[in-house]
Amino acid sequence: MSNPPSDVLYEVEHLHLSLPDLTRKPLLGPAPRIHILNDLSFKIRRGEVMGIVGGSGSGKSTLGRALVRLLEPTGGHVRFDGTDITHLGEGELRPLRRRFQMIFQDPMSSLNPRRTVGAIIEAPLGLHGFDDLAKRAAEALDQVGLPRAFARRYPHELSGGQRQRVGIARAIAMRPDFILADEIVSGLDVSSQAQVLNLLEGLVKDLGLTLAFISHDLSVIRRLCQRILVLHRGVIVEEARSDQLFAAPQADYTKELLAAIPLPDLDQVWA
Amino acid sequence: MTDRPFLDIEHLTARLKGSGTPLLRSVDLAVPAGSVHGLVGESGAGKSMIGKAILGILPRSVEVATGAIRLDGTDLQSLPSAERRTRVGALTALIPQDPLTALNPSRRIGPQITDRLVDILRWDRARATDRARQLLDEVQLPDPDRILRSYPHELSGGQRQRILIAAAFAAEPRLIIADEPTTALDVTVQKQILRLIREMQERHGTAMLFVTHDLGVVSKVCQSLSVLYAGKIVESARVEDFFRAPAHAYSRALLAASPRYTDPDGSLMPVPEEVMQAVRAEVAAFDEGRAANV
Repeated sequence: MSNPPSDVLYEVEHLHLSLPDLTRKPLLGPAPRIHILNDLSFKIRRGEVMGIVGGSGSGKSTLGRALVRLLEPTGGHVRFDGTDITHLGEGELRPLRRRFQMIFQDPMSSLNPRRTVGAIIEAPLGLHGFDDLAKRAAEALDQVGLPRAFARRYPHELSGGQRQRVGIARAIAMRPDFILADEIVSGLDVSSQAQVLNLLEGLVKDLGLTLAFISHDLSVIRRLCQRILVLHRGVIVEEARSDQLFAAPQADYTKELLAAIPLPDLDQVWA
Repeated sequence: MTDRPFLDIEHLTARLKGSGTPLLRSVDLAVPAGSVHGLVGESGAGKSMIGKAILGILPRSVEVATGAIRLDGTDLQSLPSAERRTRVGALTALIPQDPLTALNPSRRIGPQITDRLVDILRWDRARATDRARQLLDEVQLPDPDRILRSYPHELSGGQRQRILIAAAFAAEPRLIIADEPTTALDVTVQKQILRLIREMQERHGTAMLFVTHDLGVVSKVCQSLSVLYAGKIVESARVEDFFRAPAHAYSRALLAASPRYTDPDGSLMPVPEEVMQAVRAEVAAFDEGRAANV
């Protein structure tokens, strides 16, 4: 059931996701379920950078994981490029997996410490039947602004910002249609944070990437995203164009989030 | 109250044992009684190291080479270690970064607040528990008796941080070292906690050394700050002066790199390479100068 190509890459309709609450599981019988995502509907268009913002426990990472099908939704539909991927099995997902990639928050735990940077970038390429692995890995390093010689280094030899670039290189080497970036700058110093954001901004432009950018930090989101979803307790409380959201936030929760950010500025009315 | 700063650090130099790699480079710092001083810098700049040097909890691999750390006029470095510990225990307290790892998961909250009062100040248990109840009320935690009986995992991150604040103020310290106390919290919870820290600090007249990487937080809670790079203070200033016109190029770059959603084009700017080179050169020149003087 493939639709004709449209400008919509992701279509999410009435998405529900609940997980068993094992802390309250009785000795016998099933654990009660916690509803994490409740009836989310939205679209991500090709070439768009969508920001997903919310506090801890808002469900933003769970939503990301449902988009790239690391989790299976319990209700509703997720369509990727016209294909309903909501309940696809691992075998059917395999060919699609190349097309949606993920960059993780903590590069120290998402990069194998025993492998060289080159091997880390090449591994998924090999799994998906690419050839010229070393050349592709070298090109990906070029694109993220790391010297090609870094292919022979190990993750612990790199700084936090450099490690995050390796995560980005691994994702873009796959020539994906979509990248999910989950809090990828929150562990970085402000100077590396700015560099990684600049890099990502450039890649979005040059490669025509579609990106979902999950963050708790609205300042970072504003820099990168055209549209923003604000999530609160598993519900979309606001969806708006970035400029609109910052000029005239509608939801109370969005206003609360904005008002709580301490700006490096003595004139801000904050207390 | 005298003009003498409560905390006065002079030429504090620390290095790695063995290799001698410098970690703090002749740090000078003064915090008046009742005032909040921010320590800002990127990871590895040595901002937490200064707090640890004061508290005497530096890792074994680090040694203080030279310098004085004066609390209320007494140089801690000149004291025998037992006396130093007693003095530090009586005058200072720490609000740590991670409220989950700072609390013992297998003990109830009550004794974790009162231990200090009983062990260091020799209060009896009942009086200490009364004090704990009163403090929990002060940090706006409802139902203090239930909280005192709780284990850390039964509480939220914000509640746990409130408990650590209560514990820090319990023995009426004159100086509190707050090491990134809100970094692990949501921005809305962070705001409540920062407000609470300020209120408590003002009410008790405590001096505070506030370690953070976030200049936004500094602008909200501190009266003065020092910017560190590679264990060296590149600039110390009053907050009003700093945010109006930071003196050092590295400070200006840090400020421009900080997120500020109200100014998308003028914030989150990478630190220019020439600024990094200049500040590195400054540190190198400092090291050479010291080597030449030895």
